[in-house]
Formats: sequence, C-alpha cells, structure tokens
Amino acid sequence: MLTRILISFFIMIFIAACGSSPKEDAGADGAGGSGLTSVDYTSDGVKAGTGDDLIINVGDRIFFEFASHELNGEAQEQLQAQAAWMKQYSNVTLTVEGHCDERGTREYNIALGERRAQAMKNYLIGLGVTADRLSTISYGKERPAVLGSSEAAWSQNRRAVAVVN
Amino acid sequence: MKNLFLLFFLTVVFLKAGFLHSEELEIGISQGNIKPTPIAVTDFFAENLKSKKFGKDISNVISNNLERSGLFKIINKKSYIQDSESLNNQPRFEDWKLIKAQHLVSGNIIIKGDTIEVEFRLYDILTQKQITGKRYETGKSNWRRVSHIISDEIFERITGDTGFFDTRIVYVAESGPVGKKQKRLAIMDQDQSNHRFLTDGSYMVLTPRFSPTSQKITYMSYINKQPRVFILDIETGQQEIVGDFPGMTFAPRFSPDGKKIIMSYSDPDVGNSEIYTMELSTRSVERITNNPGIDVSPSFSPDGSKIVFNSDRGTRQHLYVMDYNGKNLKRISKGVGSYFTPVWSPRGDKIAFTKLENRQFYIGIMDIDGKNERMIAEEYHVEGPTWAPNGAYLMYYKQSKTFVDSEGKVKSGGESKLFMVDTTGHREREIVTPLEGSDPAWSPLLH
Repeated sequence: MLTRILISFFIMIFIAACGSSPKEDAGADGAGGSGLTSVDYTSDGVKAGTGDDLIINVGDRIFFEFASHELNGEAQEQLQAQAAWMKQYSNVTLTVEGHCDERGTREYNIALGERRAQAMKNYLIGLGVTADRLSTISYGKERPAVLGSSEAAWSQNRRAVAVVN
Repeated sequence: MKNLFLLFFLTVVFLKAGFLHSEELEIGISQGNIKPTPIAVTDFFAENLKSKKFGKDISNVISNNLERSGLFKIINKKSYIQDSESLNNQPRFEDWKLIKAQHLVSGNIIIKGDTIEVEFRLYDILTQKQITGKRYETGKSNWRRVSHIISDEIFERITGDTGFFDTRIVYVAESGPVGKKQKRLAIMDQDQSNHRFLTDGSYMVLTPRFSPTSQKITYMSYINKQPRVFILDIETGQQEIVGDFPGMTFAPRFSPDGKKIIMSYSDPDVGNSEIYTMELSTRSVERITNNPGIDVSPSFSPDGSKIVFNSDRGTRQHLYVMDYNGKNLKRISKGVGSYFTPVWSPRGDKIAFTKLENRQFYIGIMDIDGKNERMIAEEYHVEGPTWAPNGAYLMYYKQSKTFVDSEGKVKSGGESKLFMVDTTGHREREIVTPLEGSDPAWSPLLH
C-alpha cells in the first residue's frame, strides 16, 4: 500500500548585502567650525579638556579584582581626580566602558562589565558629576586592552574606562 | 538586502518491502560508548550518465552524516562486491555479510528536467529484511536536503532516536587580530555546507539562538554602539529590535513556543542585570528576577514551565532553577568552581552548562536537580553549549590560550573553533568553519 504525504516548506537563500552602518567615531579633535575660539594647552602640549588630556594628565581607567565590581582605594583616588577634571571642563560628557578579563563566559562578562561601568559612574555622580554627563556601555571580554593569557594581562583587562564623547 | 525564496515541494512515497517490517534495533545513544555499527552506503544507482554524479554525491552526504554521529562505521566502497545496478533489483545479502556490513543503504535516482526522484532502501543484513524504503520527489537543487532527510530516516530506524541531519547551525564568525576580532553572524547546514554570512561585520554580534518554531534568530547586536537584543528573520533578512529598553539587553533565548524572548536587561539607573521576558505579539514585558546579584543566561525548560539561569547572588556563580514566574527558586549546582550558561535539553531531563574550576573550563551535563554532574569537554577555555534537537549531541566553542612575545604582540593562539560531541563525552570532533567560530546554536529539525 502506498501512503502519499505532501510536505511543502521553504528553503531560503540569503544574499548578504547588508547596508552600511556607522564605523568607529572619528577622533574628537576634528575641526569644530570656523568661529574664532581660544584653546588651552596643558604643559605637555595636549589640548585641555580632551580625551588625550584625560588619559595623559588625569588617567582614564580603574582596575578591578576577579569577578568583582568593587572600587578599591586606588580606584577611588583615581575617580576623585577624574571628578575634579570633569568639574573643570563642564561641557565634557563621558561614556564609561566596562570590561572583563577572558576568564568567564561572554554573557556573564557582559553583565559584569556593565556593573563595573555602573560602579564607576555612580562614584563619579557621588562626587558631584551630574548623571546626564555620564553614560555606560559594557563590552564584556570582547575588547581586551592587553593581550595574553596571563594574570598580568588579565589584571589590565578587568577595567572601567572613561571615554570622552 | 535581497532574498530568494525557493518553494520546496517534496513528495514522499513509502516503498513496501517484500517482507514484513523488521523490529527496530535498539542502540540507544545515551547508553555510553558503544561500538559504531558497520554500514554500507552504496552510490545511488542512475541509468543516465549525467545523473550518476548525483548518485555519488547523495551517497557521500549520507555517509558523512552517519559517520559524524559517531554511531556508524562506513564500510569502504572499494570492498563492496555487489554493484549498484544489480543491487537495484535485489540485494545479495551474502555479499554484504561477507564484508561484515550490519546494514545496507541502497537507492536510485531519476532526473526529469528540473525534478529529481530519489529512492532509498535500508536493509538489515543479518535478518535479510528491508527496514524501510521511501521515494522523494523534489527540485533537483534540493538533492542535498533530501540526502539529509534520508540520513535522518536511517539514523532513526537504526538507533531509535530522532536524527539531527536536516538542521542548520548559526554562529559567530570571527576574523582579524586577537582582541579586535570582527564578529558577524553566519549560518550553515549541520554538515557545514551552504555557508553564508547574515551580517556584514560593521558591528559586533554575539550569542545567536534559533527560534524553535520559525526561521528566526535572536541575538545581541552592538549596532550604533547600543548593545541590544534583536531578532533576525532569516527568510526576509529583516532585523528587529526586541522591545524599547533604555539600557542594555542581552543573553536572549526564545521560549519553547516561540512567542516570547527571555533575556537579561540592565536598567541604566540600577546597573544590575535582571531576567525579563517579552511577549513578541503584544510587546508586554515582565520582570522575572529581583536580586542585587547578576542574573543572566536564562533558558526555558521545553514545556515552558521552568527557567534555569546563572547568578552570582551567592558567593560564586551558580545555576538556579525557578518557575516561569520567578517563584520556587532553587540553586541546583552543587560542586566547587563557578557555573555559567545553563541550557535545558530538548528532552527535558538534562541541563548542559559551562564550568570554571582551577583555571580550567569545562562543558558539563547535570540532571535538572543538579545531580549526576559530569564533564564532557575540557579546555583552557570552552563555553556556550547548544543541544542538537534530539538531545544526544552538544556543540560549543573552544578558545585557545593566547601567547604573546615580550612586546605584548600575539605569537600564537587566541583562536576560536566549534566542536561537537555526544552526551557521553566521546567522539569529540571539530566543526570546521571558513573563519574562526564561536557561539554556535543548533536549529530544530527542519522537516
């Protein structure tokens, strides 16, 4: 006896031709228009109130223990300097990036990176920086600062970093 | 984006054997490391010379599938005594017994214009009986798909378990230097054919997962530097953000009925991840957890009544089970070490997970109450298990240690690769991808 079954279904062929999307932001030092403005330079020739100024003269990052988002004394000191700098340049806004070392899963580390960024943001708010100048993003373990599978690299990668917008 | 739709009409005819159906031979994949069954898979017979290539290709796809399962040993074609043409009339069982085949797959094909008729028969050599036989009629270009369907049929009749060959894998294809890898979605058949990219790499994507009921994928995307959960319809190419959340959403999975997304959401005012569900039709959002610890990586039980997830609310990261509404919460992981990414098996009786203990990562399986924990894969880094739809295999990815020189430049390592293994932890094999691969997700059976 013959049984006939008719099954119909779809197979689809996907042609990858996705639209473009914005690349990394261009440097923050781009020309800001033709108006006459004066620009301050710090003693080592870096433009004051810029990302470079923050990195070189203040410090842009803090570090964490494994699987922790607690701010140690060193991190708190660092953030006090950042808060003072933020008060000096009141038009500056920051994105706080949270990162992790490679010793965890993607999903857990994304959550942990967010907590680190948030811990930094909240501490800065506690020091008087207004919340509307601070946003956060977590990259989990996807963007290590230092490469290598060693404690030396991991300790540099468990971090939160202030990026001037 | 452009898409081609191809309607695939498949006619299936059951072929009657001249004998009574033989009883199914129980092997049972979950019973440990059994010896692979020797099986002969002949080139499918074709009168027409041009069709002969198809006969060979179909046979090869079936052989590779069965071999990949670890449960079959394909007997070398060179030792076959009876040729395909004579086999097409009636197998000489003595010939196949002589080369120690337990089973024999034969078939023939007829190509008429754009359609192909594929007929296959599966025999048990010892009892000299036909176990099953079917004829499929479909578009010529679907020959590979039919080969997978036949493979599933053979697997099912011999092992008593449903197959996993007519399935696809979505994963994150990685390229570029360690630490700055481009991560894009890619999809391929379970046997790595028909590979194609689903996103262009201009933004990072992570953790894709299939819908159990439709050709959709949910995943996390960093498009416009706004990390959020999206759904991609792989038929239309349409991408859609899941919900309107002011903060980061991540770690998504579909509910078993395909109607909800379960995921983690980090409220920007709180900065802590909680588990939420969103009903896709009404967009209604429900918060399931409420705890100062991180709650992440939720996965529904197949009946939708329970959720397993990962939390660091205790001293370390552990696995917890709760009802769909957050009630009756219990920690299930009991060992030392940290536990991550639990995934409920499609059979409902096991949970696969990632574990970190003494600086070593593992993929493990435990009962749903946390008992009978055992490790099935181990590496410097391994994570992200995904179940085959029959619950008998797992896929995951490994990342090798990164070695750097004195200037911090990468000398070697840091590579991500996909692997699959059966649930006994035996017969692990690499799933080779064109680029590096991570975060694999197995589709349900397509037929």
